[in-house]
Amino acid sequence: MEFEKFILHLHPKKIDRRAVKFNRTFGLGGMLALLFVIIAFTGVILQFSYIPTVEHAYPSVRSLIEHSIFGQFIRNLHHLSAKLMVLFSFLHLLRVYYSQGIYEQRAKNWVYGLVLLFFVLASNFTGYLLPWDQLSYWAVTVITQIIEYIPFVGHHLANMVRGSEEVDGNTLINFYTLHTSILPLLFVIFMSMHFWLVRKAGGIALPKAEKSEKVDVVPNLVWVEIMVGSILIASLFLVAAFYEAPLLEQANPLKSPNPSKAPWYFLGAQELLLHLHPIFSALIAPIGLFVFLFRLPYFKYIDLNVGVWFNSPAGKTMTIQSAIVSFIFTFVLVYLLDHYLHFDTWFKTMPSVVTTGVIPMVLYVLPLGGFLLFLKKKYSATNTEVIMASTTILLASYVCMTLIALLLRAEGMQLIF
Amino acid sequence: MKFNRRKFITRLLVLVASIEAIFIVKNGVSKSQHNSSKKELFNAGKADAFEPNGLYPFTTGKFYLKRFPDGGFLAMSVKCTHLGCVVNINNKTRGFNCPCHASQFNAFGEVIASPATRPLDIFPITIEKGEILVDIAKPIKRTSFEKSQLTYV
Repeated sequence: MEFEKFILHLHPKKIDRRAVKFNRTFGLGGMLALLFVIIAFTGVILQFSYIPTVEHAYPSVRSLIEHSIFGQFIRNLHHLSAKLMVLFSFLHLLRVYYSQGIYEQRAKNWVYGLVLLFFVLASNFTGYLLPWDQLSYWAVTVITQIIEYIPFVGHHLANMVRGSEEVDGNTLINFYTLHTSILPLLFVIFMSMHFWLVRKAGGIALPKAEKSEKVDVVPNLVWVEIMVGSILIASLFLVAAFYEAPLLEQANPLKSPNPSKAPWYFLGAQELLLHLHPIFSALIAPIGLFVFLFRLPYFKYIDLNVGVWFNSPAGKTMTIQSAIVSFIFTFVLVYLLDHYLHFDTWFKTMPSVVTTGVIPMVLYVLPLGGFLLFLKKKYSATNTEVIMASTTILLASYVCMTLIALLLRAEGMQLIF
Repeated sequence: MKFNRRKFITRLLVLVASIEAIFIVKNGVSKSQHNSSKKELFNAGKADAFEPNGLYPFTTGKFYLKRFPDGGFLAMSVKCTHLGCVVNINNKTRGFNCPCHASQFNAFGEVIASPATRPLDIFPITIEKGEILVDIAKPIKRTSFEKSQLTYV
């Protein structure tokens, strides 16, 4: 069949035997592509019964659940796949980064990947509002309020996103349009580029070998792909049969639930805002992270081992150690800032930029910077490994803050221990 | 690079189309301008009806009307300045508590517990023929409470 041939055309005829092994890629990129297809199909079905207005959005979702056969099941599939997509995108990023697959001719594709990650988050966030229940309404209110903290342009930017001074029907129609037409279109374009650039770089990154053994893609690779795809679909169907996508009562702009949390993938950002002055948490930190991630393949590296996990055995040890240290350190710092270190009340005369901004920032950067220097000395590491350790520290901190906000923050955002 | 007539016309068309697209998208996306243009004053009722030291919630107008013992009125937004949740009245402090992230405000709307960093926004009040009119389209940011923010009959 022509369609089959077209799908198979995405692969070369022969590939390296080592690229077929599951633990080379964990199938993450492929699973993401499959998730996109599942989300597109279920999304189109949902679109037939959804009405994007303030009066009808919530009742239309309710009636889908109550009156359509398998309505809730389709919704569950869409919801679960979207959640998995965020998780897998992050894991895919980790896999590509730590197996040293982002340098030289793959650098451009890293940038495309980051843009796709942004689209994944944007799709999730815009979709979050559509059910128009208490959960979605207040999550979007909280996030657009975070945008307001950006100095100078924040208010206008937030108004642009919302289409209004607060979350209302204008926001709903903006998010609906982005979610159902603009973002899917961008996805298709950028995914095509992403796949093509993988092919152009000669497939996935592999360590240099004396002689590489080539095998046929059909059946070697395609067989693994079908296996992984089937398992993913089967597990999704199984979970979707039992797990219900949440739907609280209809959005009420006059009553905030306690606590109101951002969507789970933005909880790290919300946690940061609790501890750090907005200038730092809504401007300097995000822009810094953004620039750092996009520049990541373009730093000057010595001793680059493309395709080798963690670049070297020392790199592996350093990555593991910095992940553990950064995770625990972030946790302790959050705990101390919550319970003991109240610089803003201790030094009332100083501006809040210093007491809640500069001081916590120094408390975070200095110890971890010292730890990096210690690692560099101990393993006499090259800058490749030091940069890898820094990336690890930042990622582990974000994961730690996300988990704190997700699991340990209860009513009134108090830590529950 | 040669610049010929064909190129000039193509670029001109692209430019015109882009400008039009920018206008359509901009006005479509941020619909706030054509909404806020209509001036709307919220009529809170007769000024005499409010007792000194009373606190009156106006849920539809999204503000709390406070009358201080000296007779001055202050209309404070219900929107928490931290992340935009709706604050509730705290009867103990006679101020406000945010249910979302535990910010606390005193009776003047000033922060007494973080994470909020600035006092609750206020709305301008005008009193005409003894009736209190609140301009709920124009929240005013402030850094602290001042006597000048109060409106008297």
